[in-house]
Amino acid sequence: MLTVNRYKCCYCGACVGVCPTCALELVETWLEVSAECKECGLCTKICPVGALEVNA
Amino acid sequence: MKCDLIVVGGGPGGSMAAKAASEAGLKVVMLEKRQEIGDPVRCAEGVSKRTLNRLVKLEPEWIASEVKGARLYAPDGTSIVMSEDKSGGEVGYVLERKVFDRGLAMLAAQAGATVLVKTRALGLLRKNGAISGVSAMRIGEPLEIEAPLIIGADGVESKVGRWAGIDTALKLQDIESCAQFLVHDASIDEEYTEFFLGNNIAPSGYAWSFPKGEKLANIGLGIQGSRSKPGEAVRLLHKFMKARFPNGRVVEMVVGGDPCSGPIESATTDGVMLVGDAAHQTDPLTGGGILNAMQAGVMAGEVAAKAISAGDMSRRGLVEYETRWREKIGKTIARSFQFKEFFVKLNDNDMNQLLGSLAKEDISKMDLAGMLRVLFRFNPKLLWSLKSLII
Repeated sequence: MLTVNRYKCCYCGACVGVCPTCALELVETWLEVSAECKECGLCTKICPVGALEVNA
Repeated sequence: MKCDLIVVGGGPGGSMAAKAASEAGLKVVMLEKRQEIGDPVRCAEGVSKRTLNRLVKLEPEWIASEVKGARLYAPDGTSIVMSEDKSGGEVGYVLERKVFDRGLAMLAAQAGATVLVKTRALGLLRKNGAISGVSAMRIGEPLEIEAPLIIGADGVESKVGRWAGIDTALKLQDIESCAQFLVHDASIDEEYTEFFLGNNIAPSGYAWSFPKGEKLANIGLGIQGSRSKPGEAVRLLHKFMKARFPNGRVVEMVVGGDPCSGPIESATTDGVMLVGDAAHQTDPLTGGGILNAMQAGVMAGEVAAKAISAGDMSRRGLVEYETRWREKIGKTIARSFQFKEFFVKLNDNDMNQLLGSLAKEDISKMDLAGMLRVLFRFNPKLLWSLKSLII
């Protein structure tokens, strides 16, 4: 499961840009994760602050 | 709500598109999902003086500072200086984006566009298969806006293209992960933008210092996504600050992703044009995207007016936009992409050799092309693969 650390997230949207399934949506300061997420982890790598994590 | 054109996104690209289309007589609605245009910033704010002045009448409060040129540091500390009028890229003004973006949106509004803030596009509406508008959420309430034509200026996180069938998802090697601090430090060079190269500083990217006056500067770095890991950009920036600006006081933090994919296959489809970061129109080498977005915005706005009056919003009816942006900015983007593909593979020794060979020459009177020719003369082996771009 993809988790968002909302205390770390700086809501820049880089993760949204790399998401291959369009599962992420940035709503101002709130990153939404939809059921389309395949937990590929690309977004975790691009995140400049390390706010995203895929947990088993 | 009904109009001729919906512009999704109120950044520089969107505002210029809305302004141009409104001036050409269209009824335009521009959507911005944030409640405040221009904030938070995701940008180092550097632009070329000449191009910006050509595009818009500047207000003094949009400009934080003016610089004389750029100084590049090799990993071993060797530096070269390029003057502002010769360096060509994003050197000249350092903007105050919060004020600048708002100013451009104001120009769009003054030209007649309706600007809706805190209004987020949720998807495209279709009638008989053709795009007929945008479904949105405005301050938490659903809103349908009808229009036969949409401009997607929705940035690195663009959805408009993807909804319309243009795959704009970025591969990790085609996006830079960036972090930046606004820093106060007495040692900041207020006359030059500075670029710091090195795989230990910013792998397949660079660090920068863009002065904003009063000993403030945007100090940041970008690293290629394929060489990034969670939180790496911020971690490296802290390391860079410690090494280079140990006494710097951080007063603001900015992060973001910067497309560097080169020109996309198509920025248009039936009923849709993409502009700016949404169309990956950033320069892949410098990462600069403001002026390209603004220029593309103007072109898209003008073409929108023609398409509406001709009644042809199909991809064919929008082909003028595709042709014009490729001619005006696409060629440079494609060229920069080839340079970037070369640059990201350089090791520190290569970079030292390249900049070192320039440091011995008087390059103050040279433009970029001249400098590249000198580089090639001294480093033919290293630069052989770029031969066709340089000579």
